[in-house]
Amino acid sequence: MAEILLSVVKIAVIVFGFVMLVASLMTLLGDRKQSAKIQNRIGPNQARFFGFSLAGIPHFLADGIKMILKENVTPAQSNKFLHTIAPGLVFVPALVGWAVVPFMDHYCTGTVQTLPQMNYTEVCVGGEWKNYFSIMHFNSGLLFAFAIAAVSVYGAAIAGWASNSKFSLLGGLRSSAQMISYEVSMGLSLAGVLMIYGTLNLNEMVRMQGNMFGDWLPMWGVVVQPLAFFLFFLAGLAETKRAPFDLPEDESVIVAGYITEYSSMKFAMMQLSEYAATVFIAALIAVIFLGGWQVPYVYADGIRFLDNHWVPFGEDAWYWISIFLRIGAMVFKILFLVWLQFMMRWTLPRFRYDQVMTLGWKILLPLSIANLFVTALVLAIL
Amino acid sequence: MVIADYLPLLVLTAMALGVVTVIICLAQFFGPKNPTPEKMMPYESGSDPIGEPQATRFSVKFYMVAISFILFDLETIFVIPWAMSWQDSAALGHGLYSFAVMAIFLSILTVGLVYEWSQGGLEWD
Repeated sequence: MAEILLSVVKIAVIVFGFVMLVASLMTLLGDRKQSAKIQNRIGPNQARFFGFSLAGIPHFLADGIKMILKENVTPAQSNKFLHTIAPGLVFVPALVGWAVVPFMDHYCTGTVQTLPQMNYTEVCVGGEWKNYFSIMHFNSGLLFAFAIAAVSVYGAAIAGWASNSKFSLLGGLRSSAQMISYEVSMGLSLAGVLMIYGTLNLNEMVRMQGNMFGDWLPMWGVVVQPLAFFLFFLAGLAETKRAPFDLPEDESVIVAGYITEYSSMKFAMMQLSEYAATVFIAALIAVIFLGGWQVPYVYADGIRFLDNHWVPFGEDAWYWISIFLRIGAMVFKILFLVWLQFMMRWTLPRFRYDQVMTLGWKILLPLSIANLFVTALVLAIL
Repeated sequence: MVIADYLPLLVLTAMALGVVTVIICLAQFFGPKNPTPEKMMPYESGSDPIGEPQATRFSVKFYMVAISFILFDLETIFVIPWAMSWQDSAALGHGLYSFAVMAIFLSILTVGLVYEWSQGGLEWD
């Protein structure tokens, strides 16, 4: 019972607190205010709360209420059942994937010791690790994240087919073809990272990234596998169907793609799950390549740089400070990557569809195979 | 991992499904219901829809992509367990052997990719 309660609290804080908050604020700040700034407009500022514009936040609340109060139109001759469940098929995977993302290392009931002689591994002495900061400790978490992320292809394809509109069908086809094309290079670019870390568990992977090269360079994924980081970032951008890869929702060509026939809260769900997927990809990149919750040189038992060891504020207080620093680092990395994706969205022009396919199959795929080959060769020779 | 360790996943899935159901019901109950034939018509830039989209045929390129996807996704599925067990085989001193085995597998698939490329299977026009 206590375990169910704990997981409910964790889910409420991580998924419905953090992810949904970031995703829905992104619709406001990222998609509207930031785009307005880039395009030299003001953006939404008319909705006011007791006379205060509050940086446009009342707009986002008004939008939510407006969405609920709009008519829920299901086009004639559409498949009503599939048309209704398709937003759910996109929305649920966008949330369930968060089960494996670690926001902080496990909590140690004893004292944590860092072993500089053993590559700065942290061990828990006189206690055990308690999983308080990720929803689930999953041995093959990365595979799970991929499997769940791939399920959302069905939602888009079904939504496109069930709407009985040509624009929707084209959008659904485009999104499924694009998502499966980039999934290949996404998976292959990670094989090199897996060879180096030797684990699929995301928290273990972040722990490994606390190791140091020559006592000063953190072994983050982006340091050991820079090309894989680049490939994964591009493929992730294409997976979330964000610009410059937003061909499935190419509004000047196929209206709104597979969400053309959606209205009311079903439309809101489609949009929200896309933003949630953006945050999820950002979290995966942060965990695999940018060290997750790791802050360089900051360990649970003090700050270590080269041979110096410094414990500010005493041992016990520092443990809590390090926990907050690390959660803050994780959140900061996610927000930074989300911001980066939005900057790319509003900076780069959209590709043509054949260019998207060429990039996926003729550039990213050979590069990720080459990256794997070279990584394996270097590791085999060393 | 024992089966009870998967409990949070079950809870999360149940909560996500619950949220989806609530949102769909909200949309169903709160909005006005005023369907007209024009409103229920599939959007086609304002004109009456021509033909049945679900019965129309579409470009064979999408099938080519799907078939290539199956091939290379299977490659990924074979590569990931090998990458995971790499450190074990390297610790036993079989690093080069393990690499050679995988290199043969990878090069067969790379030849496949090159062949598909040369036959124009990756062109999109």
